[in-house]
Amino acid sequence: MWEYSDKVKEHYKNPKNVGSIENADAIGEAGALACGDKLKIYLKIDNGIITDAKFQTFGCGSAVASSSILTEMIIGKSIDEVRKITNKDIADELDGLPPEKMHCSVMGHEALEDALKNYFGENQTPHNNDNKEKIICNCFGVSESDIIKAIKNGAKTLDEIKEINYAGGGCARCIPNIKMLLDRYVKKDTEVNSVQFILKINKVLETDVAHELGKDSGGIELVNVEDKDVYVKLTGTCSSCKNAALTLKNFVEKQLREHVDEQINVIEVK
Amino acid sequence: MNLIYLDNNATTMVAPEVVDAMLPYFTQEYGNPSSIYDLAHGANEAVKISREKVADFLGANEPKEIIFTSCGSESANMAIKGVLDVNRNKKHIITTRVEHPCVLNLYKDLEKRGYQVSWIDVDSKGDLNIGQLLELVTNDTALVSVMMANNETGTIYPVDKISEAVKMRNPETKVFVDGVQAAGKIPINLKDTKIDLFGISGHKFHAPKGVGALYVKKGTMLSPLVVGGHQEKGKRAGTENVPYIVGMACAAQLAKDSLNDELTRVKSLRDKLEKGILSNVKNAVLNSKSSNRVPNTTNIGFQYVEGELILLHLNDEGICASSGSACTSGSLEPSHVLRAQGVPFTSLHGSIRFSLSRYTTESEIDYTIEKLPLIIQKLVKISPFQKELNEIFK
Repeated sequence: MWEYSDKVKEHYKNPKNVGSIENADAIGEAGALACGDKLKIYLKIDNGIITDAKFQTFGCGSAVASSSILTEMIIGKSIDEVRKITNKDIADELDGLPPEKMHCSVMGHEALEDALKNYFGENQTPHNNDNKEKIICNCFGVSESDIIKAIKNGAKTLDEIKEINYAGGGCARCIPNIKMLLDRYVKKDTEVNSVQFILKINKVLETDVAHELGKDSGGIELVNVEDKDVYVKLTGTCSSCKNAALTLKNFVEKQLREHVDEQINVIEVK
Repeated sequence: MNLIYLDNNATTMVAPEVVDAMLPYFTQEYGNPSSIYDLAHGANEAVKISREKVADFLGANEPKEIIFTSCGSESANMAIKGVLDVNRNKKHIITTRVEHPCVLNLYKDLEKRGYQVSWIDVDSKGDLNIGQLLELVTNDTALVSVMMANNETGTIYPVDKISEAVKMRNPETKVFVDGVQAAGKIPINLKDTKIDLFGISGHKFHAPKGVGALYVKKGTMLSPLVVGGHQEKGKRAGTENVPYIVGMACAAQLAKDSLNDELTRVKSLRDKLEKGILSNVKNAVLNSKSSNRVPNTTNIGFQYVEGELILLHLNDEGICASSGSACTSGSLEPSHVLRAQGVPFTSLHGSIRFSLSRYTTESEIDYTIEKLPLIIQKLVKISPFQKELNEIFK
């Protein structure tokens, strides 16, 4: 079950301003039946002030609550004030929404924008972002350039992006687009050529590993590297040690995975 | 306000008799069944008797065909990975589009690992295209995997006939049946079938969560999923979960004894609920349309109303049910089972599953039939699809 705030519960149980307005000055829509949520908002506007607002919503508890509270937020306000309302304001007014449900507040915001366009006689088809920034994650309002910036600052995975700017942490519908950006912008620095790869391995073995094994009068030699399999030979006291396998997995492999490549397997050659 | 629990396909109340049966194995008979002293003997004996009871419940040939596990998902994983591992030269699997996610996601994973998976369709009633399934069995088919009863719609698939026909085409192909939603609801008699592997989960038939079983037909080769000690004849390592095994065996016996009640009284309550809703709510559409289904389950779609919203309002009336709606699950994806059946978007997102148990009473069903139409009436008023709804209600 979702953890809904008391305010969300109050609004889906007893939604305010349900219905339609005859001769409405503006009507806005968002969502679609196939996606599982659709919202219609009706406005009465007098002298630039929203005098009445009603809604009809097909959607979950948080979708109804977002619509209901939105009507309360805009009645009595001027169009200029209403234009400044963001989806986050709607969620905040509800004392927060679960991350997976942030898109419900986005839908409320979209329907409101659509209604204002309708009022000013603008084209209501999906709006054109040419001169605005391209938004990838609608739930948290994260733009394409924000995500690219996060990648350039070192984010390599979806989770890392999410930690930086929450993108993809809401309804998850934008995840394919974020993945595309990751594919395009993450530097493939793991694809070093094989000579560099072997040199890197040897360096770790000769320095950190050899130093540690040397404390027990042991040693290690690199025998071969095939793909991610690293073949080594233990020398000195290590060669006859019954804990050799443990040393290789827990220490040598760990060091190589940490410093060279996460997928390295260390294999002992007798 | 009393609680009305109509979500027994999700989990069930632990039967009081089951709790009583388990209790001594926590503080008195707590020995490790593998130990040598008298204390352990009691625990060992309890596991032995439990195995016999579960074997009897599933109609197995011998108690040793039963392996105790921790849950239905473990049973499925053990069966599927276990047989594929001993038949490594075969790379083809046949399953259905409507399996439970614990099985479905495993096959999707195996698909990425080089297995070819054939997904069998269901028709608009939810019945399986058995002809399509059988045509696909080849020499390379390692496994055919079909659930016995569907968790969302209750549709029963004729797994006995399927196993028979599969073996005629290729005797080497193994048949795994996810029996989680069938156990305790319909008779099961595995010794009369050609099914090789059959998984169950205790908490779906009034045992606690955290215990399950896998039936492995005698002679079926299977590599273990949990490797370690010699328990369960080396097929599943880990100290036996004695109190839970005892609990599941007790629940199995109770379920077997009350199967008649399930097939008659519970079924008539389910039918009453279904008829009550369909005749009182004009935008209600039956999703569980197969003539062959378990007696406790119905799935009904409400057009132009969203499922989570219905569940939240039912919850406020003390009624627990579940939904195939996108919004109640973490994934935000609508039910793959109803989509496979071709349920239209108009009712897909408003689909509710009611699943009864032998503890369900007539007055609970009457209360639900009384409250649900009022909830739907209220939610219909909120819907933006007034024109479409007017058509339905006129």
